[in-house]
Amino acid sequence: MEKLLLLMLFSSAGFASEPSAERQNTLRNMLTNDCGACHGLTLKGGMGPALLPDTLAGKPDEFLAATILDGRKGTAMPPWRQFISHEEALWLIGILRKPES
Amino acid sequence: MTRLLPLLCFILSFNVLAELRATGDLGIVIEREKGNALIVNTTKHTQLAKIEKLGDLSHASVVFSRDERYAFIFGRDGGLSKIDLLQDKLNKRIIQAGNSIGGAISQDGKLIAVSNYEPGGVKVFSSDTLELVADIPAVYGEGKRSKVVGLVDAPGQRFVFSLFDAGEIWLLDLKNPKTPAIKKFLNTGKQPYDAVIAEGRYYIAGLFGESGLALLDLWNPEAGVKRVLPDYVKDDEKLPVYKMPHLEGWAVAGDYLFVPAIGKHEVWIIDKRQWKLIKTIPVLGQPVFVMARPDARQIWVNFAFPDNNQVQIIDANELSLAKTLAPGKAVLHMEFTPRGEQVWLAIRDDNRLAVYDTETLEEIARLPADKPNGIFFSARAHKTGL
Ligand code: HEC
Repeated sequence: MEKLLLLMLFSSAGFASEPSAERQNTLRNMLTNDCGACHGLTLKGGMGPALLPDTLAGKPDEFLAATILDGRKGTAMPPWRQFISHEEALWLIGILRKPES
Repeated sequence: MTRLLPLLCFILSFNVLAELRATGDLGIVIEREKGNALIVNTTKHTQLAKIEKLGDLSHASVVFSRDERYAFIFGRDGGLSKIDLLQDKLNKRIIQAGNSIGGAISQDGKLIAVSNYEPGGVKVFSSDTLELVADIPAVYGEGKRSKVVGLVDAPGQRFVFSLFDAGEIWLLDLKNPKTPAIKKFLNTGKQPYDAVIAEGRYYIAGLFGESGLALLDLWNPEAGVKRVLPDYVKDDEKLPVYKMPHLEGWAVAGDYLFVPAIGKHEVWIIDKRQWKLIKTIPVLGQPVFVMARPDARQIWVNFAFPDNNQVQIIDANELSLAKTLAPGKAVLHMEFTPRGEQVWLAIRDDNRLAVYDTETLEEIARLPADKPNGIFFSARAHKTGL
């Protein structure tokens, strides 16, 4: 029950701040092109790890959002805060978790 | 009828003649999302053919057979495709690994080596049949496997490559392909991300995990791997890198080497007589390719996101910036014609190629291409390291 509540909270928050259709397009392009440069066009991995539902399972949204926004020191993962907002990072993680949506 | 036969033969042979094609001015353009390879003519600025369904080409590279008839394409998904430039067709295709980054062709043209991330290692194939000749797993430490980067061919039927996770450089001798001889150099620097071979002699790996470059002189491998330019960029000064530089095109002009800095918006000029940094040239972003025109008078530089709409040109005589161009959205790759009078640019987000005159620096032709990310001309066939 608690889980469900949390889920509802998250998904409704996601809805409220969903990027505009145009911005979604830009973000999707960014994912294949710019993120794809390290994570692979199909996100199956390259210099960076695979970003597939399986590999991300069990890692909390906020943890992954922090990785996207601030990068990871000492690794090749750069910070994207200058180009991506917190809401957009969460939206991207949603896309990564459900590639078909 | 018997009279007609010679005539018929003549007409037939004429037909064949009309289709004869030389390959010295051809090239391959990669369409990254569609997974296609275009065969182009660099003299006529035309597309001759499109070879489709070559898998994930998001990080593809190409080498050419020494007769310049075949192009070997290394795909991200471990695909190795052999394209026949004379017949516009796929000759053979294999999937040799799960995730790969590039490859090289041996000095004698008989072997194709591929560097793999997953499973980490190098596989070597016959360029004729694409049959496996040697399998070199990149094992380090307690049986761990490392991603392999910076694979190049070297004189003496050798290949050199770097182990990203292990920080090692391996020298692979395939004079006898059945019994590969490997010389390993350990602790050569953290996270080598790519490498280049200059003049068939110096193997230089760029390091991401620490500052500086790792240098192996193949004329004197006993001297080991030396560190060049240590402590140049302090950790806290490092800018984010949105795309790793590619060292393949590293430019050599006389005694000078032009190198993309990492984590700094600079091109470094290194004097290779002492391996000292003699000058830094500030540029507008993180350089990705730093490539010399074949006569080395100009150095062309493209950039990582978000500065990839521009290209800068360095004058190798003045050692300073000469010009900034804005060719289009997302310039991913550049390739010079064999003697350098023109350069082709792959402009991904504009879905086209642009050809520039390197003297006037004006655009002289455009060709359509779907999200192009790489251009490779057949003249690479005769260059060590390409
Ligand atoms: C220059 C290379 C590079 C680029 C570009 C890049 N990443 Fe990464 N990324 C990495 C590396 C390397 C790691 C692994 C870091 C580590 O070792 O912990 C990583 C880790 C991640 C993780 C954490 C994965 C996990 O399982 O913990 C996420 C999420 C991620 N990246 C998303 C993105 C997104 C989204 C983009 C584009 C906006 C992007 N990355 C662009 C190199 C890159």
